Amino acid sequence: MNNNSLELEETVKELGQYFKTGKTKSVTWRKNQLQAILNLVRENEDAISKALYQDLGKHPVEAYRDELGGVEKSAQNSLDSVEKWMAPTKSNIPLLFFPAKGEVLPEPLGVVLIFSSWNFPIMLALDPIIGAISAGNVVVIKPSDQAPACSSFLANTLPQYLDTNAIKVIEGGGDVCEQILLHKWDKIFFTGSPRVARIVMTSAARNLTPVTLELGGKCPAIFDHLSNPSDFKMAVKRIVGAKWGICSGQACIGIDYLLVEEKYSSEVIELLKKFIRKFYGDNMVESRVLSRIINKQHFERLCNLLKDPLVAASIVHGGSIDETNLFIEPTILLDPPLDAEIMTEEIFGPLLPVITVNKIQESIGFINSRPKPLTIYAFTKDDTFKRKIVAETSSGSVIFNDTLVQFLCDTLPFGGVGQSGFGRYHGKYSFDTFSHEKAVMHRHLCLEIEPRYPPWNKFKLEFIRLAYRLNYFGLVLHMLGLKKHN
Amino acid sequence: MEKFNSEAGSILVNELNATFGSGKTRIYEWRISQLNQLFKLLNFHEQEIIDALRNDLDKPPLETVAYEISMLKNSCKTAIKELKHWMAPEKVKTSLTTFPSSAEIVSEPLGVVLVISAWNYPFLLSLDPVIGAIAAGNAVVLKPSELAPATSSLLTKLLAEYMDNSSIRVVEGAVDETSALLQQKWDKIFYTGNGKVARIVMAAAAKNLTPVVLELGGKSPVIVDSNSNINLQVATRRIIAGKWGCNNGQACISPDYIITTKDYAPKLVDSLKTELESFYGKNPLESKDLSRIVNSNHFARLSKLLDDDKVSGKTVYGGEKDESKLRISPTILLDVPRDSLIMNEEIFGPLLPIITVDKLEESFDVINSGPKPLAAYLFTNNKKLKEQFVKTISAGGLVINDTTLHLAVHTLPFGGVGDSGVGAYHGKFSFDAFSHKKAVLYRSFFGDASIRYPPYTKTKMRFLKALMTGGLLAIINAIFGKS
Repeated sequence: MNNNSLELEETVKELGQYFKTGKTKSVTWRKNQLQAILNLVRENEDAISKALYQDLGKHPVEAYRDELGGVEKSAQNSLDSVEKWMAPTKSNIPLLFFPAKGEVLPEPLGVVLIFSSWNFPIMLALDPIIGAISAGNVVVIKPSDQAPACSSFLANTLPQYLDTNAIKVIEGGGDVCEQILLHKWDKIFFTGSPRVARIVMTSAARNLTPVTLELGGKCPAIFDHLSNPSDFKMAVKRIVGAKWGICSGQACIGIDYLLVEEKYSSEVIELLKKFIRKFYGDNMVESRVLSRIINKQHFERLCNLLKDPLVAASIVHGGSIDETNLFIEPTILLDPPLDAEIMTEEIFGPLLPVITVNKIQESIGFINSRPKPLTIYAFTKDDTFKRKIVAETSSGSVIFNDTLVQFLCDTLPFGGVGQSGFGRYHGKYSFDTFSHEKAVMHRHLCLEIEPRYPPWNKFKLEFIRLAYRLNYFGLVLHMLGLKKHN
Repeated sequence: MEKFNSEAGSILVNELNATFGSGKTRIYEWRISQLNQLFKLLNFHEQEIIDALRNDLDKPPLETVAYEISMLKNSCKTAIKELKHWMAPEKVKTSLTTFPSSAEIVSEPLGVVLVISAWNYPFLLSLDPVIGAIAAGNAVVLKPSELAPATSSLLTKLLAEYMDNSSIRVVEGAVDETSALLQQKWDKIFYTGNGKVARIVMAAAAKNLTPVVLELGGKSPVIVDSNSNINLQVATRRIIAGKWGCNNGQACISPDYIITTKDYAPKLVDSLKTELESFYGKNPLESKDLSRIVNSNHFARLSKLLDDDKVSGKTVYGGEKDESKLRISPTILLDVPRDSLIMNEEIFGPLLPIITVDKLEESFDVINSGPKPLAAYLFTNNKKLKEQFVKTISAGGLVINDTTLHLAVHTLPFGGVGDSGVGAYHGKFSFDAFSHKKAVLYRSFFGDASIRYPPYTKTKMRFLKALMTGGLLAIINAIFGKS
């Protein structure tokens, strides 16, 4: 699809008209589309892995674990649950309004726009699409141009499986985004950076379009002392897997930095080094276990983070770069200066600062003095500390003693707060995010309450007072003339 | 009095941020005490509230008691009664994929929130969102509408007297003061008003990625079915109660216009005339049971709708005006053209146009061809028509065989869609509107799956697939090397 603005206008109009036919509201249509997504993913595993490898150097297992498997799970869950989700929920109506019935009925918003990002270019495109479809909407997906192989894949393959009248892929870069944002959408779902999110929301404001913004932030991992050596080992393994094993740190929920008590820091760092070697070996570029950096621009951004001499001096492991292959070695830094960019901006790369504190409880204050992150990880067995973390910090989510798995738990809302975004999805939350919850109240034309109507007098006023208090007994007395007036 | 400028705004927000940071507003006891204080305020100052609303809108005392005070009291009581339950974390099921684990969703306050209120229900629309904000544990700044100045002053006085000033504040003023407030960084902005200002609010919010709730309006239609033997008198009274009985039509969910069939319209008009007279007498322009028009701007706006050439000769009842008293009598217009002014903007006043169609089903197209309204109403006994209405009409909320009542039901979310707004509130929905629902996942160090880690092998891949999508049997198969 090229970025001719007239063509875009036609596309949006066609989508609106198709939505108006009501076809996408039927449960059959939705289920067919969800099944189609399942088929797409199952029948194109190799092609998808190839595209991911081309764009990011992602290993097929990572591709499955983080992208394909997630989409499959999400589509299957939606397919199994969509009918249930579509059903109205009953609301209790006070006796005062008897006879009356109340319910909340979810309905699609209409024509929705999804922007996906480059780091999980398949998952972050298809997962929101699954939500939009299960809620009965028509969709435009604008994949990130920074992952061009995946963008092409989606543009070429989605039309082969999905209803092309209802789901359209628009490829392109910044100028295409600008064009797209000139149109009126019924919802915009955006995954990406805060900078672009501001542009998207400002555009949305022109049409009062509701938005969901899935952003990022500096996700900290609080590493409390774990006295049991096997727990300690497991925690370090999980941290290593979560930092480097997921798109080389280019993930919104990846661990950005570690917080450790000073006296344990060297122990932690030694074990981190050990597992880096164990998982990724010595020939990291050849072994292709680690993703590469997405492109030159981000590569340079990350290298610049290390250029500051004080930052460079704090490197205790790694630090080597391979410009040809856009590869940066897993790097650990110990206490880089807190005002350096590496500690003020989201890293989104394979650099792990380890920040030491005197007492681990200080982590809470440290985190609270910074913008709210998408996730806070905490490795601890201290239940009091756990409670404190939950009660005294704010983040999209909190995960104890593990990493990343919250992404797979579709009963938990996935989204940020503050600078890490607003709105949420996954599981039923995806369905909800693309729905309008319409309140419906049914009444009957019998059993009238006269005091509703003017002309007003003291009797009616008292009636209404009692009615509001749901003081049914008082109302009866009042009607019988047996209640004293104030 | 110094003007409230951007600097003052910044100082205010910093102060409230400090209070919020102290954790004071998160405590259950604090929230309950503040809600109790609000309840007390409503109880002890009823007459002052009635007087302020008489001043600002000539609102009949009964309307003030019913729609502003009693509703607020109920809102407070509901929040007080349910708060413990609302604040409790919600346990969530976890699946085999993340076994062993336990999870919950914890509600936490967003921080420092801004509530911008409207002039038509100036007490209700100021304090109802504030109740939600407090219940959810936030610090709040309230900006009441300057178009209802007596209420704005009263709110400032009473809130200062009854509430915790370190966390709940009122800023009075107009465009300049609102702009100064919008330049600050809030954790949420809750706006009630019109679409034009809502766009400004949302654009300002976008600069700081602040989430918003926008409670707007639209043209809330009423479809009256001629064919199902409805009790016309009851239906008419309910339409009147929702239109003129609600601040003289100046309400976001007031019936804006009626759609009915050509042959039924005269019957409906007659019924409306009869009931209007029984409610407001033969001289409704003088009736004490009707609010006046809020100010001369709106009076001029409404006059223009009546002066539109396209509706000349269409008035079948009322049409009387008294500019000195800012009064317009209940007015009905029949068969107005779709391209008239009155059919292209939210009326927000005591004018009720009736559109006629040949077949009632056409009314759905009429409604769907315009922006989505905040509410839509249908009077019928026809089950199929009811079902079609619910299925086809998209609006914030729908009521069948009545008008506006859903506002008073706390178990129904109150909010718009499309041009009528974003987000919802009332009851628990208010609490949720001002909360962040934080996902918390607890895992243990028991049972780590080596499949998570490199080196990646085919076996691990097989197992991983089974674990993610296959369920128990697939996992067992994978363990034993099958696939």
